[in-house]
Amino acid sequence: MFRFIARRLLVAIPTLFAVVTLAFFMMRAAPGGPFDMDRKLSPQIEANVLAKYGMNKPLAAQYLDYLAGVARGDLGPSLKYKDKSVLQILKENYLVSLELGLSAMVLAALAGVSLGVLAAMRQNRPADAGVMAVAILGVCIPTFVTAPLLVLVLASKLGWLPGAGWNGGALSSLVMPVTVLALPQIAIISRLTRAGMVEVLHSNYVRTARAKGLPEGRIVTRHALRAAIIPLVSYLGPACAGLITGSLVVEKIFNLPGLGKFFVISALQRDYTVVMGMVIFYAALILALNLASDVIAAALDPRIRLA
Amino acid sequence: MSTPVLIEARGAPPAPKGRSLWDDARRRLARNRGAVAGMTVLALLVLAAAAGPALCPYPFDQVNKADVWAPPLQHGHLLGADALGRDLLARLLMGLRVSLAIGLVATFVSLAIGVTWGAVAGFAGGRLDEAMMRVVDVLYSLPFIFFVILLMVTFGSNFVLIFVAIGAVEWLTMSRIVRGQTLALKQKEFIEAARAAGLGPGAIIARHIVPNLLGPVVVYVTLTIPAVILAESFLSFLGLGVQPPMASLGSLIAAGAQDMELAPWLLIFPSAVMVAALMSFNFIGDGLRDAIDPKDR
Repeated sequence: MFRFIARRLLVAIPTLFAVVTLAFFMMRAAPGGPFDMDRKLSPQIEANVLAKYGMNKPLAAQYLDYLAGVARGDLGPSLKYKDKSVLQILKENYLVSLELGLSAMVLAALAGVSLGVLAAMRQNRPADAGVMAVAILGVCIPTFVTAPLLVLVLASKLGWLPGAGWNGGALSSLVMPVTVLALPQIAIISRLTRAGMVEVLHSNYVRTARAKGLPEGRIVTRHALRAAIIPLVSYLGPACAGLITGSLVVEKIFNLPGLGKFFVISALQRDYTVVMGMVIFYAALILALNLASDVIAAALDPRIRLA
Repeated sequence: MSTPVLIEARGAPPAPKGRSLWDDARRRLARNRGAVAGMTVLALLVLAAAAGPALCPYPFDQVNKADVWAPPLQHGHLLGADALGRDLLARLLMGLRVSLAIGLVATFVSLAIGVTWGAVAGFAGGRLDEAMMRVVDVLYSLPFIFFVILLMVTFGSNFVLIFVAIGAVEWLTMSRIVRGQTLALKQKEFIEAARAAGLGPGAIIARHIVPNLLGPVVVYVTLTIPAVILAESFLSFLGLGVQPPMASLGSLIAAGAQDMELAPWLLIFPSAVMVAALMSFNFIGDGLRDAIDPKDR
C-alpha cells in the first residue's frame, strides 16, 4: 500500500511539472499582455512595470524563476489585482467553490445511489425504465441548458428562489446552483449503482442471505450495497473533475464569487500568474482526489491489489 | 462441368447466402427502437443543417431593426428574432451546421491520433507500449478543459483551433480502447500468417489490425461526437468559442440565456435542438454497442 502511494506520488511530480510548463508557455505565447490598456503606456513606464515583475528577463530565465517559486509554494503576485498574491486570491475565493462542490457531491451521491438501488430492485419494470430515462436525460442535457431554464421557471416566473448571487451562502441561494451541478453526476452515479447492484443481487452470497431468510431490505443495505458501491468510489476522482468543470458555467450563470468565475475572467484579462496558479491548483486537486479514490477503493475491496 | 448449370436451370434453391457479422449487427440495430429513432432524428437534423440555411427567407446574420425581439410567428420569423432582429430559425440552422461540423471534424482528429497511437503501442508491446501508455495516463489526469480554455485565450478563437484543440483532448480513451483490442488481435493466427508471409509491422497494422478494430471504434466515435459538440458549446457559452455573427448551438444558448426574461424563445429553441442532437447520438451509440458487441447484452 505504501509503495503504491509512493509510486503514484512520484508519477504525480512529472505530471505537475508538465502542467506548469504547458501553462507557462501557453500563456506567454498569447498575443497581448496584462499591461495592455486602451491608452498606450509610455515606453519608460512600461519598461519599469515589466522590470518590477521580472518580465524583462529572457523567457527561459522567467520560466526558471517561476518553477523555483512553485517549488517553494509561491505562485507569484497577481498582475491585475494590485498588492495581492495568487495564493491570497485562491484563499479568498475557494470557500464558495468548495461549499458548492461538496454540497453537489453529497446530493449527487445520495440521490444517485438511491435511484440506482431502486432501479436495480425493480429491474426491467416501469420504475427501472423511469430512472434510466432520467439518467439519459441527465447526461444529455448540459448544465448550461438546465441552469438558465431553472432560473427562468423558478426565479423569473414563479419567484420562489433568487435567480443569482451568493447572499453569504443562504440556503435559498444554494438550491439551484447545487441542483444544476449535481444533475449530470446523479445520472452517471445512478447508472453505475444500478449496474453494480444488478450484478451483486445475482451473486451467490446474496442467494445465501436470501436462503437464510433475511428480510429483503436488510439484504440490500447490509450485503449487496456494500459490494455494489465499490466501483463508485473509483468514480470519485472523475466526478470531482466533472464538478470543477461544471462549476465554471454554474458560477458564471448564478454570478457566484467562486474560483471558476475568477479563472475565466483572469484568462480573458491575461493575468498570467493567476491563470497558471489556478491551473496548477486544479491539477493538483484532481491528482490528489484520483489517488485518494484509488486507495479507498482498494481498502474497501480486498480483491483489488495495489502494485 | 455442366451439372451446376442444369441444376440452376431446374430452379433448385441457390446455395445458402452466408451471414456476416456485420449483417447480424445491422439486423440487431434495426430492431433497436431507440437507435432507429435516434438515426431518424439525426438524419432530419443533418438534412436541416445542410439545406436549411439556403432555404430560409432571411440570412442568418442580417440585422433587421424593425424585428428586434419579434416573438415566434411574427414578421415572417417562424421561431422569432433576437436582440438585433436576426431570424432565429436561420441562426439556429447555421448554429446546428457549425456544431455538427465541429463534432465531425474534431472527432476525426481524435480518431486519427487515437487509433494510430493505440495500435502502435499495442502492436509494439514492451517498453514502447509502456512509455506510450504512461503518456496517456499523465494526460488523463490533467484538467483538460482548462488547457482548452488557455489555448482559446492564447491564440484567439478561430475555427481550425477549436477543431484541433478539442480533437487533441478527446483521443485518450480511443487510444486505450484500440490498444486493448490490438493486444488481443495480435495473438491471432491471421496476424502470424501475415508475418510469415513477410509483411512489415507498418503494413500489418494498416492492413490487418486497423480494419479489425472497426467495431469498437465505430461505437466510440458515435459517443465522441456528442462529447465534442458539448465541449465546443461549453467554450462558446463562456464566450471563448465561435465568435459572432457566426453561431453555434452553444453561443445561441448563451445569448438566449442573457435575454431569456424578455425573449424565452431564444433560449428554448436552441436548447431543444441541442438536447435532441445529443440524445440521438447517445441512443445510436448505445444501440451500436448492443448490435456490434453482442456479449454485452
